Amino acid sequence: MTFINILTFILTGAVTAGTPLLFATLGEIITEKVGQLNLGVEGMMLMGAVIGFSAALSTGNPVLGILAGMIAGACGALIFAFLTITLRANQIVSGLSLTIFGTGFSSFVGQKMVGQGLADSVRNSFAPIKLPLLGDIPVLGPALFNQNVLVYAGYVVAVILAIYLYKTRLGLNMRMVGENPGAADTAGINVALYKYVHILIGGMLCGIAGAYMSMITVPSWQDGVTGGRGWIAVALVIFVTWNPYKAMLGSYFFGALSILGLYLQGYVHIPQSIFDMLPYFATIIVLIMISLKKSKENNPPKALGEPYFREDR
Amino acid sequence: MRNEVYIKIENLTKTFGPVIANNNVCLEVNRGEIHALLGENGSGKSTLMNMLSGIYTPDSGQIYIKGRQVTFRTPKDSMAMGIGMIHQHFKLVEVMSAKENIIAGQKGRLFVGSAKLSGKIRKISDKYGLAVDPDKKIYNMSVGEKQTVEILKVIYRGAEILILDEPTAVLTPQETEGLFKILRKMKESGSAVIIITHKLNEVMEIADKITVLRKGETVGTVNKEDTNSAELTNLMVGRAVDLSISRVECKDKKTILNIEGLTVVDDEKVKALDNISFKLSAGEILGVAGVAGSGQKELCEAIAGLFPVASGKIEYKGENIVGKNPRDIIKKGISMSFIPEDRLGMGLVASMGMVDNMILKEYQNQKGFMIDKKIARSLSQNLIKKLEINTPGIYHPVRQLSGGNIQKVLLGREIESNPHLLITAYPVRGLDINASYTIYDLLNEQKEKGVGILYIGEDLDVLIELCDRIMVICNGKITGMVDAHKVNKEQLGMMMAGETMETVMGVGA
Repeated sequence: MTFINILTFILTGAVTAGTPLLFATLGEIITEKVGQLNLGVEGMMLMGAVIGFSAALSTGNPVLGILAGMIAGACGALIFAFLTITLRANQIVSGLSLTIFGTGFSSFVGQKMVGQGLADSVRNSFAPIKLPLLGDIPVLGPALFNQNVLVYAGYVVAVILAIYLYKTRLGLNMRMVGENPGAADTAGINVALYKYVHILIGGMLCGIAGAYMSMITVPSWQDGVTGGRGWIAVALVIFVTWNPYKAMLGSYFFGALSILGLYLQGYVHIPQSIFDMLPYFATIIVLIMISLKKSKENNPPKALGEPYFREDR
Repeated sequence: MRNEVYIKIENLTKTFGPVIANNNVCLEVNRGEIHALLGENGSGKSTLMNMLSGIYTPDSGQIYIKGRQVTFRTPKDSMAMGIGMIHQHFKLVEVMSAKENIIAGQKGRLFVGSAKLSGKIRKISDKYGLAVDPDKKIYNMSVGEKQTVEILKVIYRGAEILILDEPTAVLTPQETEGLFKILRKMKESGSAVIIITHKLNEVMEIADKITVLRKGETVGTVNKEDTNSAELTNLMVGRAVDLSISRVECKDKKTILNIEGLTVVDDEKVKALDNISFKLSAGEILGVAGVAGSGQKELCEAIAGLFPVASGKIEYKGENIVGKNPRDIIKKGISMSFIPEDRLGMGLVASMGMVDNMILKEYQNQKGFMIDKKIARSLSQNLIKKLEINTPGIYHPVRQLSGGNIQKVLLGREIESNPHLLITAYPVRGLDINASYTIYDLLNEQKEKGVGILYIGEDLDVLIELCDRIMVICNGKITGMVDAHKVNKEQLGMMMAGETMETVMGVGA
């Protein structure tokens, strides 16, 4: 294999493997931008994975599979939203419980499906589609523009989210909710509504991420199919400093790390665990860098994790 | 047109649990009028205004805006009726620009186009003389600028009735002048302005009418022309109060604290204190005046051993204490009470009761593994009696006490340790007249005992009356060291803005 071939192989794998991370990361960015720290990403992904897989398995329809995954993720997020906004429960505890719940839920529902595979018609609908012209660019063409539908959807969602956050009125309002809910409230913004809506959208994206894992990444159902990627997404949100564009770079970078591990195993004896560690290690480095830089721009939303109650003194 | 009634409040009542915050309050404000709302802490001013701005819902009573009866369920409802409130703690997002803060929550096109909106904001700022760059980030702004953004925000949202909650608490005299100019312009253009404040001199300067609240009830409304400071105080407190602060003299004039060339560097590598030298004698109150953030906090913390000293000497009773840890410094008899803006940030643990808060300092004198609460208990009970602290009990979380009582607990604890040097920052921040005078008396009592006091203050009138000397700092440098009875507010204000003592005092004298 020439160097170009190896590079193309790794980059293509990085984008394919990074896409579920991207969806989950974008979902968590939306959630955290309204000031809610939802640590239930892994749980919501697993719920999306198992419901998406079983829907695709029973109906043979890939679109229904993805939709079902989205709805399942949103249901998980709804539990979190109700607990933390309406009942003002602690966000950390609620999020962790959601992860534990989602893990159990997927094992329970998926018990009978272990080892079963999706119909070829479903699998084929996620075959790579080469985009004209763009797909012919050397190295980047095959990596970025000869991919399955959901990879392209990932690009679109990231760009839309970035425009929404920084260019639109609604995005401005939702950022204000996450930064200073008191200010948002007195500006006539419905704080609870904004939080609910964005948490649910965040859950949907996490659901897609899970469904991607169970329907595309892995050929048949297996327990714990997400393999801790929800936690990587939580770390990624910090790594990319809540920026959707950087989320694409970060997700594909972390995707590359996982592919690199698999690829190098054939040549040198570095345990896969080392590569599994790298995303978290990189996140720690970024955290250190952020705190050293003391820039006001790259910090988490100011009211992240804090409940809001108008009549509080 | 001139006497059109904008706001009419009738028999408004609001309770928080067993506490009656407002009881049958009535208020009437006309178009083109600046109306001051005066009252001690806990008299229900803020509660009343929060009901008017839709943050609290009243239990009973009516609000009429321009003759129409209204019910506010959310701040949005109140805004729709043209009411804009400027809160004491600014409701701004630091990482956003002025423009973003102003337009958030407003209806308009989906995309936030830049040029047109900036133009509209500029137009309003020109009309009222509100100088703000719409694209400047809030975290780069001074307190005065932030307040201007707040005012711009509510005007942009169409407010014709402006409510300001203690707007001058954090401003320099010059900034206050600027604010008053803006308010007068608003009044001329036909708006109604309600201003909540403790400062009587400001009330007499700016207000047309004054309504006084006491213990949640309206005591009365008076025209400014028909009243004076003394009468207003009587109305507020319910009895005559002597408004002068006595300045006691102390004979023992040994130098207790000698600071030479003190320089400290903050996190952003900026010199927070730049080559500061001064002396403080026993039995002296040395006032420190300066715009918020000029280095006051760093000065207190450097002396208390909480902030690293880059260079210079801090001599306490002839011994250099630079580099000593805070506990050793406390043991030597230096005590600090710092009242931060949120009152609880430093010094007290909000969720603990008085007893536990006393132990935080007192436990160091105890031996053994277990803590003896007996001393702390009696100490708490003594303080309650001596300082008239109003609390349901010594175990009641201090967070739930009123601001004045929290400050008494903190200052009381520091004084109980019999310090020789007392550093106190903003001890009367947000306190009403009665509570403030209790604190001044406490300080004077300490002074008579020969304690050296470093008093970091905000209210220049008080600094002038209470202190022996006043040191003015600006951007970490000393711009003036003056005798308190030889200086006036304007001179202090100019030095706070960076003018040197020579030019200022030369002009003044």
